[in-house]
Amino acid sequence: MSEGTVKKFMFVNRKAPYGTIYALESLEVVLISAAFDQDVSLVFQDDGVYQLKKGQQTKGIEIKNFSPTYRALEDYDVEKLYVSKESLAERGLTEEDLLVPVIVLDRAAMGALMDEQDVVLSF
Amino acid sequence: MLHIINRSPQSNNALENCLNTAAGGDILLIEDAVYAATSGNAFEGKLRVAMGRFKISVLRPDLEARGLADRIVDGVSPVDYGGFVDLAANNKTCQSWL
Repeated sequence: MSEGTVKKFMFVNRKAPYGTIYALESLEVVLISAAFDQDVSLVFQDDGVYQLKKGQQTKGIEIKNFSPTYRALEDYDVEKLYVSKESLAERGLTEEDLLVPVIVLDRAAMGALMDEQDVVLSF
Repeated sequence: MLHIINRSPQSNNALENCLNTAAGGDILLIEDAVYAATSGNAFEGKLRVAMGRFKISVLRPDLEARGLADRIVDGVSPVDYGGFVDLAANNKTCQSWL
C-alpha cells in the first residue's frame, strides 16, 4: 500500500480461545491488517487474556492450537500487545503465565488508549 | 442428576444459575466452563461452596487445550471422555445449561 495513510487499528479481544471462534478470527484479521502496514494494537481483556496462556495442548479436543501464532506476530511488526491488569488478577494469572511479552495496563489506561484509535475492531 | 456447563463463569451466568437452582448431584464443567475449576479465578470461592452439595468434575482435555491442567482447584475431579460418558450413564437425567 504505497502512499497510503497509516491508521491506528485496535483489536479488542474479550473471548476465551476454542469455546468460540472469535479468538481465531481476530488473529486472522490482525495478520491481514499487518500486511497493509497499519499501526496495529491488540488488547486482551476479560476472558480474552486466556488466549495468551502458556502451555496450550489441544490434541485432546482435536482443534488446531493457534497459540504459537501470537509468538509470530512480531515478525509482522505487530508488537503492541496490551493486557488488562485487572482481568489477569481476576483469573489467577500473572504476566509469567503468558506466552509473549506484553504491556500490562489498568482499566483507565486501557480506556485512554482506546480513545486514541482511528479504528476499533471488537472480538 | 447431571448438570453440564460449557460457558466461562466470568462472561456468562450459566454456572451461577445452575448453582442457584439445582438441588445437588453431579456437575461437569466442559469447554470454556473449565476456567471455573482453575485456582485463583474469581469464581473459585463460589465453586468451593458448591462442593458441599455437588460432586464437581472437569473435562481434562478442555483444561489441557487451555494450558491449565496443572492448576485444578482441590476437590474437583478431572475426567476424560470416558468419564463424561460414565457420568451421563450413571445419572437418570441430565441438564445442559446452554
